[in-house]
Amino acid sequence: MPHIALPEGLAGITAGFAFRPETAKPMRELAHILLHEANSLTPGERELIATYVSSQNDCYFCQTSHGAAAACHLGSSEIVKQVKTDFESAPVSPKLKALLAIAGKVQQSGKNVTSTDIDRARRLGATEMEIHDTVLIAAAFCMFNRYVDGLGTWQPRDETMYAQMGKHLAEEGYRKRPAEQPEPEYYRTAREAADKELAVETK
Amino acid sequence: MPHISLPEGLTGIRGAMAFRPETARPLNALAEVLLHAPNTLSAGERELIATYVSYLNDCYYCQTCHGYIAAALHDGDEELVRRVKADFQHADISEKLKALLVIAGKVQKGGKQVTADDVDFAHTVGATDLEIHDTVLIAAAFCMYNRYVDGLDTWQPHAEALYRERGKHVAKVGYISASNEYLPPKPAAELIVK
Repeated sequence: MPHIALPEGLAGITAGFAFRPETAKPMRELAHILLHEANSLTPGERELIATYVSSQNDCYFCQTSHGAAAACHLGSSEIVKQVKTDFESAPVSPKLKALLAIAGKVQQSGKNVTSTDIDRARRLGATEMEIHDTVLIAAAFCMFNRYVDGLGTWQPRDETMYAQMGKHLAEEGYRKRPAEQPEPEYYRTAREAADKELAVETK
Repeated sequence: MPHISLPEGLTGIRGAMAFRPETARPLNALAEVLLHAPNTLSAGERELIATYVSYLNDCYYCQTCHGYIAAALHDGDEELVRRVKADFQHADISEKLKALLVIAGKVQKGGKQVTADDVDFAHTVGATDLEIHDTVLIAAAFCMYNRYVDGLDTWQPHAEALYRERGKHVAKVGYISASNEYLPPKPAAELIVK
């Protein structure tokens, strides 16, 4: 059961997003730019980085939904499995392996990234922007994963649901909301109280 | 030296944000909602949560920057910020904020570390669901910001006076407004023919 009264029937991060649309908006926007918008790294490669970090953080919902999105882009769920278990021997480019190594370091701590890691990525053809985006994707999933697990969200073990979600994410990206959610009662109360307080302060 | 060629002269996350304004905008928008927008938790309380998590992640730039913002929001009480970092259970803060800092500390280690008991206790001492939600997300978000700042090895000069001044300013104007000082103007303005 979730730690707080999240809207029912919504899995993982979608429940957190529906509970607090104000924070959902920039979080969706960030994911959309990092994973879906045009980039010299393919969406499949970026989803693999997201999946790998989520798997290192042991977040079931994120590694399964982004793993499904990666599989959809790449046309193979086998590659996703191999990247999670041992990316150095997975059938991905040497450049992506070097970027996954950086992402794995960021997952532990930003300070663990060394100039040797960066030199390896550069030598294998990674650009400055690709290194930047890898660091930020890995860092962002250290947020998304903690958000999903820290609220104790509902994470059904339902492969079909994740396959559908992955297909939707691969095709549509992250910016669009699945459906408009009504503002929760507890949020409205807090917001109105805050607005009232602000009105008094402004006077 | 930073791992990639970030614009010079901008400290910490600002160098990274100027390098990639597209991602900087949602990053600042999120910080604005979580830390600066009206909330039943005061901005000072939320900045203390951000500072504490950044301290646990050992990120010099973020803990110093947000520490001074927190101090500015507590009438310049820098000692309070030091106490919260060192031993928040004995700091002069509310029982509710202590319970929320416990949750934030758990999130810093891993989302799964948060227990029903931690949340029950926070409820008992008056925390609302929204306050618990925001605490979890502030802690999670600083696990991102801290890794971003250190993972790129951004420029983090150890110059307390600089952070103190900057802290007073950001405490007042917030994150979106402060970021507009160093981010390029919105794309439409960039289309002006030179």
